[in-house]
Amino acid sequence: MSTTRAAPAPSARPAGRHGHGADPDHHRRLGWRDRLYRFDVRYMPYLLIAPFFLIFLVFGLFPLVFNGVIALRTYRLDDPAAAGWAGLDNFRQLFGDEDFWNALYNTFGIFLLSSVPQLLLALIVASLLNRRLRAQTWWRVGVLLPYVTPIVASTMVFSVFFSRDFGMANWVLGLFGVGGDEPINWRADKLHAWIAIATMVNWKWIGYNALLYLAAMQSIPRDVYEAAAVDGAGPWRQLWRITVPMIQPVIVFTVILSTIGGFQLFIEPMLFDLNAQAATGGPNGEWQTIAQLIYKVGWKDLNLGYAAAMSWALFLIILVVAGINTLLTNRLSGGRSR
Amino acid sequence: MSAVDTAPRVTRPRRRAALMGRAPQDTPAGIGTYLLLATTMLFAAFPLYWMFVIATSNDEALAQIPPTVIPGDRFLVNLDEVFSLQDVYFAASLVNSVIVSTVVTASMLFFCSLAGFAFAKLRFAGSRWLMLFVVLTLTVPNQLGVVALYIVMGRLGWNGTLLAVIVPGLVTAFGVFYMRQFILNTVPDELVESARMDGATTMRVYRSIVLPSIRPALAVLGLLTFVATWNDFQWPLITLGGTDYPTSMVAISDLASGNYVIYRRVLAGAFVATIPLLVMLFIGGRQIVRGIMEGAVKS
Repeated sequence: MSTTRAAPAPSARPAGRHGHGADPDHHRRLGWRDRLYRFDVRYMPYLLIAPFFLIFLVFGLFPLVFNGVIALRTYRLDDPAAAGWAGLDNFRQLFGDEDFWNALYNTFGIFLLSSVPQLLLALIVASLLNRRLRAQTWWRVGVLLPYVTPIVASTMVFSVFFSRDFGMANWVLGLFGVGGDEPINWRADKLHAWIAIATMVNWKWIGYNALLYLAAMQSIPRDVYEAAAVDGAGPWRQLWRITVPMIQPVIVFTVILSTIGGFQLFIEPMLFDLNAQAATGGPNGEWQTIAQLIYKVGWKDLNLGYAAAMSWALFLIILVVAGINTLLTNRLSGGRSR
Repeated sequence: MSAVDTAPRVTRPRRRAALMGRAPQDTPAGIGTYLLLATTMLFAAFPLYWMFVIATSNDEALAQIPPTVIPGDRFLVNLDEVFSLQDVYFAASLVNSVIVSTVVTASMLFFCSLAGFAFAKLRFAGSRWLMLFVVLTLTVPNQLGVVALYIVMGRLGWNGTLLAVIVPGLVTAFGVFYMRQFILNTVPDELVESARMDGATTMRVYRSIVLPSIRPALAVLGLLTFVATWNDFQWPLITLGGTDYPTSMVAISDLASGNYVIYRRVLAGAFVATIPLLVMLFIGGRQIVRGIMEGAVKS
């Protein structure tokens, strides 16, 4: 990049871009320049967008479709000879698979415990940030600390945090007199494991969602608030009566995002396990999520066909839940007009 | 949106009503707001701090009630143990992560800005339909095709190599869409047209007109891509797990596996792998905040 100014390229054709062949003397020289120019105008755009389409078709779209094919086949990594069409066997197996229903239950439970507090707290943090602040940028950057921290790393910290004997969670609860005489074993039953994992998810995403809300809050016209002065609404009521309904589209967006993310939850449940590589999500699958089960079925049990079928099921579940959540959010956040 | 710091449009000087009718972003934060924000920061930062505490402690420090909250002096000792573990390849994994994240980021910036430029400023048959296709692909959670992706990579012979984690991320729909929006809004049509009149080639226009004006967008997209690529875990685990070429996230999960996990080691490794991102947040925080607030991130 020698020049950053828009210096015209003197080497290119000076004039008459449509008049090729007008001057026979320069025919040969203008000929290839002309063709080059025509190529540039006509085909260069396709060349520029080609890399995306190439990569997406090969590594995005094709796998997604191919996944549907594999789901209808017997495809085992440990037994290539068994390969063949299985019809709907994989899906039939799915319906009777206790592990799958258990994983679905866990996924749903963790999702509820993480998405609802996450978005509510994000709203509150956003409304705190939505003031005239000193060092405004630094507060905003600060809430992103969890966002840039690798989930792998933070999950390991929380793993220690929620350990039974010397964990900080139990210690803090003890200070408040919660938990009774026995320390809580966070990995022993569903509810406690779910809470621990949901805590990690909440920690990670509150700041990020708060910034999405903040952006929307700042684009609310100011006179809306002036009108509210007549009602004498305080800050808290202002938040719920004015701000939330005004930023409703973004709230719906974050609900969809957290549904898609929440139902593919993988790292936290994987690494919360003391024996992570087993991918069982606890001794009896207390917190095994669907994404984790897919990994286990595919790469521990080596049954890729079945894992593919599960992926499709998960895809459908996400679609349905995202749809329902969108409707619910529309209702709850004040979009009654539609 | 940028009017936050400029003179608030308070038209009425009456003191009493001033707080009520004003938009929140024009209302100076009170001490309560600062206290609550400071508490939020504490919660946000504490796990990171505690990661450092454990990474610098010995085993006894972890088995104490109340828990230690003061860093020890054994960081280098712990780190040395991590680096010398035979089957974890921690040093190599850091190099791998740097390679993968750098290549993916550079390629994203190059290809996404080119495609975004084509979609924003060039006329070609089918451009609207192709752009619609790009937008539609934004909604596809491609994690769901991971089984088939593994098989595709197997056919290509790329499983277990860095190619498997690099190539799918070279250019994404999100990046193309983001660059297109930015170029559409910042590069004036007349400038492109007049350069065209002067006979500038497409690449020349890209180099001399588009590139200089999209630096902010490149910074945003670059930072977000780097962070996301560095932190990626599921696909790298599937394709690189158990090989000699893990990324740092996979290597940390190896540290955390087995019958007896030594947390001061795990977290020493985790802390080292987190430092680059903290540095990026410190340097490029403003850009990352901007990117997210522009709705830039698809997770």
